[in-house]
Amino acid sequence: MDALAIEEKKEPGSSDDQQYLTFMMSDEEYGVDILAVQEIRGWEESTLIPNAPDYIRGVINLRGTIVPIMDLRIRFGLKRVEYSPVTVVIILKVERENGERVMGIVVDAVSDVYTIADASTRKPPELTEDKNSGFIKGLVNVNEKMVILLDVDDLLNISEDKYHSGFTDNQSLFN
Amino acid sequence: MSIDLSQFHQIFFEESFEGLDVMESQLLDLQPQEVDAESVNTIFRAAHSIKGGAGTFGFMQVSEFTHVVETLLDEIRSGTRSMQRNYIDLFLQSVDCLRAMLGSLQSGSEPDGERAATLKASFEKILQQSADSDSQVTEEKPTVADEGCSNGWRITFRPAEDILQTGNEPFRMFRELQELVGADNLTVIPLTDNLPEFTSLHPENCYLSWVLEVRSDVNRDDIAAVFEWVADDCDIDYQPLSVAAAPDIPTADTAVTEMAESAVSTDSTEPVSAVIPDKVSEALSASAAQQAKPAARTAGKSNEPSSIRVSIDKVDSLINMVGELVITQSMLGQLGQDFDMSRLARLQEGLTQLEQNTRELQESVMKIRMMPISFAFSRFPRLVRDLGGQLGKQVNLVMLGENTELDKTVMEKIGDPLVHLVRNSLDHGLETTEQRLAAGKPGEGTITLNAYHQGGNIVIEVKDDGAGLNEERILNKARQKGLVPETQELSSEEIHQLIFLPGFSTADVVSDISGRGVGMDVVRRNIAELNGSIEVKSKRGKGSTFIIRLPLTLAILDGQLVKVKDETYIFPLVSIVESIQLQKRSLNHVTGSQYVMKLRDEYIPIVRLDELFNLRASDDEFENPMLVVVEGDNEKVGIVVDDLLGQQQVVIKSLEQNYKRVTGISGATILGDGTVALIIDVSDVGKNLDKSAKGQSRSDQAA
Repeated sequence: MDALAIEEKKEPGSSDDQQYLTFMMSDEEYGVDILAVQEIRGWEESTLIPNAPDYIRGVINLRGTIVPIMDLRIRFGLKRVEYSPVTVVIILKVERENGERVMGIVVDAVSDVYTIADASTRKPPELTEDKNSGFIKGLVNVNEKMVILLDVDDLLNISEDKYHSGFTDNQSLFN
Repeated sequence: MSIDLSQFHQIFFEESFEGLDVMESQLLDLQPQEVDAESVNTIFRAAHSIKGGAGTFGFMQVSEFTHVVETLLDEIRSGTRSMQRNYIDLFLQSVDCLRAMLGSLQSGSEPDGERAATLKASFEKILQQSADSDSQVTEEKPTVADEGCSNGWRITFRPAEDILQTGNEPFRMFRELQELVGADNLTVIPLTDNLPEFTSLHPENCYLSWVLEVRSDVNRDDIAAVFEWVADDCDIDYQPLSVAAAPDIPTADTAVTEMAESAVSTDSTEPVSAVIPDKVSEALSASAAQQAKPAARTAGKSNEPSSIRVSIDKVDSLINMVGELVITQSMLGQLGQDFDMSRLARLQEGLTQLEQNTRELQESVMKIRMMPISFAFSRFPRLVRDLGGQLGKQVNLVMLGENTELDKTVMEKIGDPLVHLVRNSLDHGLETTEQRLAAGKPGEGTITLNAYHQGGNIVIEVKDDGAGLNEERILNKARQKGLVPETQELSSEEIHQLIFLPGFSTADVVSDISGRGVGMDVVRRNIAELNGSIEVKSKRGKGSTFIIRLPLTLAILDGQLVKVKDETYIFPLVSIVESIQLQKRSLNHVTGSQYVMKLRDEYIPIVRLDELFNLRASDDEFENPMLVVVEGDNEKVGIVVDDLLGQQQVVIKSLEQNYKRVTGISGATILGDGTVALIIDVSDVGKNLDKSAKGQSRSDQAA
């Protein structure tokens, strides 16, 4: 499956309107800022990273760049599913102080592109015990359906993650 | 019409540093007895452009200091003063001082004026005790100045036509003059007598000349200083004002006549003079932009943009190759449009061609980063001269293979270890003149720096004809420190290797002159970081040779591909000592957790890569395991893998850029089939021995 180009529709609207690309996972619709989306690809085999958290599926070669792939289902604690030829990887790109960071997320299917005004988004309810609530930027209703808007910056920030594996506890010694 | 000069600062600094390098190398070659006029000229020119640039950019401290340096140089150049040994030393110190000043200016801090002031004072002292001809000039000047002081000056300034192209802006000089004398005391009259027909007017040339009337009490020298940069290219005539009134001054005369003659031409003067500066600034910014481009292009993410100069040949060959690539691409594109199996052979042929083009292109691009090693060697003549003088040793430095090319990054990192080695050779290796003569050797010691290519590596040798390593003392020291057991006997080679051990200060061993902070272990580690190796050969009484082997570039690595379960990993080939079949019975258990293996007369710890990387359940056994013995950080480690695959050159890619640092992994690469393979960080794996041992004990308990 080849990469699909995303057509950015220039829709008229006020300045605080933002376009979101939405995708499906477990019958829920999630949205990410379309400006952070670099491209959409099919799933391909990736190379394992030793001692990586389980939601990191590995790295792929994206035209010469090494790009890590994250399974968003596992990241969000949803049920794992087998990958099929129609499984989709959305390549996201965010700007960091030390350059840009590119990462792919595995989702069930791409859904739609919506233009959403900032004013119409609602804050997510306080769910303190849920560690995933940090990734949620807001909730919005589109056509009587709820869309969960994700914060791409937080989603791609994996460096501060604490996880246990072979020898990472004293990693600071080697950096 | 003001141009933001700060955008050119970087270029100025780079050029100035290059100028300083030129000055330094010329000074070092200079013999006071026989001064080569050409080298003095070269030094003078370098100093002159630094002064000019510094003046333009407003670095007054630098330009004032360079001015005195230049004055002395000028006297030597013109033959009024002969070169002396202490002048050379003073010039060399000035080069250092200028380098420091420019360095601090570049980093945005205020330069240290004290050192410059001291040196300046010594220069002025020399200049004052001047030769006869000198005093004549100084006597003459005041008389002329006295004459003019009362009235002022009429200056006829006829610049060369190409003055604008050389980056000199007459207006800037006039402004400077205006600052000197005050706005009310300066009249500028443009002369248009040389102005050609409009059709034959070249926009970048300067056809105007000017008569400047200064009605102020200024010294002629002060005015001359304003025009100093252009004095050689221009026709400048100074007349005291009282004299200038007389009609026998042709230039002023023509100016006046012309203006009187034609009112039209006077009128046209205004617009023309307004137009030309526009052109000036355009031309200036255009040429400056051209200069700025290469710097901007190569500027990386780091705060200090670095740039490299690439020879035009390399760029040309690159353009050639891209041209070829485009042709191949269009050929393949055409083939693909209506493809059938009958043209399969043609397609394969095209693909072969594409592969060839790509490889050539890659090689050429890599070559751009390659620079001759003379950049790293260039500091040594000075270092050897200074240090030799300090230690009272006569040293002859021989540099061979200076045109051998290596990657810029490697070059930057190899500089310090090389300095250390050369210092060591000078300090500890070479004997004093008396000792040498007593040993029947020539009094002058020789240090040889040699660089050459060998396979995919560059080899750098630092060789001295000194006393060689004192094996006895090294061995005693090692025993004393408990690094070698009392009873163990070592071969010469093994003793030589001891100096690379941490905690083995060379200063304690060979000489009384203290080491300079880093030991040989640091040198070795620095070289290991570059995926290189160092060895030493030494013969008592004959001298020692340090041999450094480095990969040509950091971007490419010779790799050994291995298979662990379904994954492919890559070991840097340089770190592999040997690869053997793992014999289960030669494995020993140490402290219940750590396996070691007896390999000949050594026990080496064993690491299972699959366990380290959590690749399989612990009860899943190897079928025919291979053991790759690697050496990282002076420690041998045996790493168990499933199978050895081929060897190939791989391009190193960053894993950290989009992910983060992974322990045990130094980077990633892309294999021929497009998949990603990770590169093992051998020293990291070695460091994690203890940890993995714990992991192993845990799995043992579980099983």
